[in-house]
Amino acid sequence: MPTLGGQTALNLALELVAEGVLEALDVELIGAGPDVIRRAEDRELFRETVRLAGLKVPESTIVTDPADVPVDLSFPVILRPAFTLGGHGGGTARSWDELQALLDRALTESPVRQVLIEESLLGWDEFELEVIRDRRDNVVIVCSIENLDPMGVHTGDSVTVAPQMTLSDQAYQELRDAAIDVIRAVGVECGGSNIQFARHRESGELRVIEMNPRVSRSSALASKATGYPIAKVAAKLAVGYTLDEIPNDLTGTTPASFEPTLDYVVVKAPRFAFEKFPGAETELGTQMKSVGEAMGIGRTFTEAFLKAIRSRESDDKSATPWPRFSVVPEDVHPWFRSEIERVHAALDRVTSLDDLVAEDWVRLKRLGLSDADIAAQCRTTEEQARAKRRSWGVKPAFRRVDTCAGEVEAGSNYLYSTWGEQDEANPAPGRSVVILGSGPNRIGQGIEFDYCCVHAAKTFRELGYEAVMVNCNPETVSTDYDTSDRLYFEPLCTEEVLAICDRERPVGVVTQFGGQTPLKLAKALEAAGHRVLGTSPEAIDLAEDRERFGALLDGLQIRCPDWSTATTPDEAVVAAERIGYPVLVRPSYVLGGRAMRVCYGPEEVLLAMASAHGRVLLDRFLEQALELDVDALCDGEDTYVAAVMQHVEEAGVHSGDSACVLPAPALSPLERTYVDEVVRELGAALGVVGLLNVQLAIAEGELYVLEVNPRASRTVPFASKASGINLVAAACRLAAGANLGELDLPADPTPTQVSVKAAVLPFARFPGADPVLGPEMRATGEVMATAADFPTAFAKAERAAGRALPAGGTAFISVCDTHKEAIVPVAHALVGLGFDLVATAGTAHVLAAAGLAVEYVRKVTEPGEGPTVVDLVRRGRCDLVVNTPQGSGARTDGYLIREAALAARVPCITTISGAAAAVEAIAHAQPEISVSLQERISAVRAS
Amino acid sequence: MSGGLLALEDGSVFRGESVGADGFAFGEAVFTTAMTGYQEIVTDPSFAEQIVTFTAPMVGNYGVEHVRSESTRAHARAVVMREARGPAWTDWLREHGLVALTGVDTRTLTLHLRDRGAMRAIAVAGDASVDEAIRAAQAHPGLVGRSLAADVSCTEPYVASDSGRARIAVVDYGCKRSILQRLAAAGAAVTVFPHSAQVRDLHAFEGILLSNGPGDPEPLHDEVETVRVLLGRVPMLGICLGHQLLALATGHETYKLPFGHRGANHPVLDKRSDRVLVTSQNHGFAVRASAAKEVTHVSLYDGTVEGLDFPWLRARSVQFHPEAGPGPHDAWPLLDEWVGEVSLAKAA
Repeated sequence: MPTLGGQTALNLALELVAEGVLEALDVELIGAGPDVIRRAEDRELFRETVRLAGLKVPESTIVTDPADVPVDLSFPVILRPAFTLGGHGGGTARSWDELQALLDRALTESPVRQVLIEESLLGWDEFELEVIRDRRDNVVIVCSIENLDPMGVHTGDSVTVAPQMTLSDQAYQELRDAAIDVIRAVGVECGGSNIQFARHRESGELRVIEMNPRVSRSSALASKATGYPIAKVAAKLAVGYTLDEIPNDLTGTTPASFEPTLDYVVVKAPRFAFEKFPGAETELGTQMKSVGEAMGIGRTFTEAFLKAIRSRESDDKSATPWPRFSVVPEDVHPWFRSEIERVHAALDRVTSLDDLVAEDWVRLKRLGLSDADIAAQCRTTEEQARAKRRSWGVKPAFRRVDTCAGEVEAGSNYLYSTWGEQDEANPAPGRSVVILGSGPNRIGQGIEFDYCCVHAAKTFRELGYEAVMVNCNPETVSTDYDTSDRLYFEPLCTEEVLAICDRERPVGVVTQFGGQTPLKLAKALEAAGHRVLGTSPEAIDLAEDRERFGALLDGLQIRCPDWSTATTPDEAVVAAERIGYPVLVRPSYVLGGRAMRVCYGPEEVLLAMASAHGRVLLDRFLEQALELDVDALCDGEDTYVAAVMQHVEEAGVHSGDSACVLPAPALSPLERTYVDEVVRELGAALGVVGLLNVQLAIAEGELYVLEVNPRASRTVPFASKASGINLVAAACRLAAGANLGELDLPADPTPTQVSVKAAVLPFARFPGADPVLGPEMRATGEVMATAADFPTAFAKAERAAGRALPAGGTAFISVCDTHKEAIVPVAHALVGLGFDLVATAGTAHVLAAAGLAVEYVRKVTEPGEGPTVVDLVRRGRCDLVVNTPQGSGARTDGYLIREAALAARVPCITTISGAAAAVEAIAHAQPEISVSLQERISAVRAS
Repeated sequence: MSGGLLALEDGSVFRGESVGADGFAFGEAVFTTAMTGYQEIVTDPSFAEQIVTFTAPMVGNYGVEHVRSESTRAHARAVVMREARGPAWTDWLREHGLVALTGVDTRTLTLHLRDRGAMRAIAVAGDASVDEAIRAAQAHPGLVGRSLAADVSCTEPYVASDSGRARIAVVDYGCKRSILQRLAAAGAAVTVFPHSAQVRDLHAFEGILLSNGPGDPEPLHDEVETVRVLLGRVPMLGICLGHQLLALATGHETYKLPFGHRGANHPVLDKRSDRVLVTSQNHGFAVRASAAKEVTHVSLYDGTVEGLDFPWLRARSVQFHPEAGPGPHDAWPLLDEWVGEVSLAKAA
């Protein structure tokens, strides 16, 4: 079934067909056959199909070579490379110059070197319809989605609303008819499709933009928006059911062959992370740049919109489209603009909490304003606003999402809040456990935490509690209504979470599985009298407060790198001198590696201080250290060390971006004993009940603690899958009061096979940002591979991450001065594997001195004749690039090399240890037969 | 904006703010789940004597256009909304004399009507004594047993489209414009007759369309009798109330549904093809479920009869609205096909 795994699965299915694999094995593609996939995905075929159905597509031309571009082109035009993820490599060109630059990139991005240059519909309104069809040709529209950002902005980057708000019935039915015509013409026989339309606001002219003959990001959103589980229904259709044979889960009594009708409004807001990619262009276009999304549900557009906007948990200081609800981009439909202005006007009229009576509160809340918004307007605290509001008896009401606007009785457990209405489905107190989710995906906090929350829900249900989920991320499993006993689709903000807990009166609240988001709420929950299950907020605070944690380590006689704090540049330099260079400088308020810098001397410290505001932390930076990531379970007294993982990249690369391997190959048995001891002491000293993550470094024979997180870490799913131990289930049992002895965990959890986790990096989506690994995390995903040995697992992981290592060819090497010595053995190994070496002057000199044959090539900034390294990379003359940065930033030589490699899809390694691992993998990776995770884990259990 | 309320005969009261005409309006409180087409709905004569609650949370977003009206005036008595949006829509409501409430907890109201059934109600713009309002609602007659077609039908025959491949007579029990438009689009020459049209007025036509209309079909004895006499003589197609009249004329039974079917998303199974139509619906009465062979369509929500076909009588009917207006166009072909068949039969 190729229609559930996104673009990757469709592309792979076509490859399997082309290779004859499916035919040889007598395997049928279900959901969508190769012809259907081609008709929807091949631009020209699709356009032809749509035209034959009597509909219009944007005027366009297919280009496979820059010479194909018609001379009579009228700008602006949009470039869309065929067969790429999220419109990768596309863009809008307003002139010949812009076109030239974009076209090269677009052709490279397309695996078939095919780019569509089309009529720009900038400023048209954009709509999407989610359509499902069965084998009897029954078609239903699950959801209509209207984009607030008009055409030209990728729908993944748009604020979107469902159902559509601005079309009359006649206009909507025209879209509906067109969508049905398209799905029939393309021939999707059974399953869901997403069809995108542009519509001219005044003339009503329609263009069919695109169709995905599969479930998509939008279908996930549509499923959450309506309560109609598109993927589940599509799967049933693919095995032969028809829509009328499939029950509607939420009503239980009616079939899936209907169209959901909404008595609420849903808004999705994208979550951006431009702060992680300095230099990247922040302008939105046809290439998707958001890293996650949040959804809000309300009874009015603005209620849903404001919930979505605040659910993003955007960093106040970072650049983002729609920074605040009141900043409305140009070209937004006037209806939305006036709705948003209505909120603004209402808020402007508020001056003091004392003026507000019950009706005012209901009116303001119905517009979607939060207690915090009203408090800020009145220059007071959120708590005071809340107390005042509650003193008027104004509380939210919870309503069901039931797919049918109340027409059919539904026992739905899918809830959202609104104001001034009656409550539905009030739960019995004292039976539930509230699990706080992790909100929108963002860099540093992604689906790893959703994995944890889903397993937590499952476990608490098994333990006899009602599992209650709170989350606002439509892309997740935790927000499926069948994951928990009750789902509250709400922002993870204090106001909403307190209201839910007041209503649930749960046995306890679980905050350790949702990343940082729930931790910020823990104190307010405790203050309101709710019990936090597992590790106490106090322990979390202790681990995060540098001063208190330092004191705790001192007391335990556990070492951490020397550290200090400073507020002024002078203080920082003094502190750095005392600690000893290199030092790691970072603002004290951020986590996850934001704005970290490694400084090797006072000048660099001053530079770092120039861009820092307020207090900074300075840590001794341990070079050449072995970095370890440990996930452990603790019942308050005893600690079970479940996984000790080793980072592949050296210190200085964020743990989230570093590849990591389990079991840790470089760890001696004695060192392992030390690690276990330190983790045990920390677990007991902090009083952790549940999961504990410790980051450690071994440098010059000393073990240092770098960081302790008394909660689920990013590596929990990896460690669980590699070891076969469900760490989340174990942690939930501990939080519910069990002790470690009762959990029946294996005495030695170290797996016999080697698992590697590798980061998936989104650099290709952020032109302008330096694609180099550093202390700031940038990964947007990860892959895992398991094999009998490290080289095989590493090679497989790199392949899975889209960076397949070359078996031979030409390796270009250019490293910074500090790495010149360390690169020699790597280069030796490459030559031994048959690679030709090319290097820039400094590196070439070192390699030649070591007796290696190396070809010199000039840097871009070096004067001279002949091609530069960038030319070589662009022309496909290099198969591997090793380039460690000499300072990072735009327009440096290193940056130009890395960017060229990225554009030419050549693997580019930016650390010495990463290069060493790659060489080892190229040399020793073995072909292996794939084994399912279930088979592997049952083999481990049997042994 | 002044206050307002909706009082139901069972004593429930729902408060809101008045955004429409002043005064008060009696009617049967019902809800529709259609997300678009508010103007079409309140001008649909089938909503006569009803207070319509929109489950869609925001109503009025895209304004009003004269061409969207399904008749020359508003037929619903009052409109109840969670969030009305103006000014075009609310101005229109005032101009057309509809009492309209906004800010109402429409979901609670809908759940109440679903559980207890549609009921007599009064919508009041401005202040009112709650007790008086409830008593007034209770004193008002309900829809059962009342003939409403006369109030909404045209009084004189008129030509709606003057040339075409088949000459069709439409009996107007409260006919929507969309039906006439679809017939014309299908190539029919259409003449519209009042509900009281006699056999002699109709028998010379090549096809008769029994239109939609408000309320209970049961008291429309004369109309049913006319249909019975014409059965087998002229090909007939019934829509909504027209379907119920044909059912009564052929010995089927009709009854009042607890809260009706009103919306644009109702799945109907065509038993002959096993295919599902997503349909526009608006009816408070229905034909009782039956195993009779002429039953061609059934509701996948409650099994009620959604379509009948009597090939031996050249008569057929559907409970839903193939003309849409508002709603999906899935069943448009039904009208086209019927006009096509009528014109072929004439040729034969």
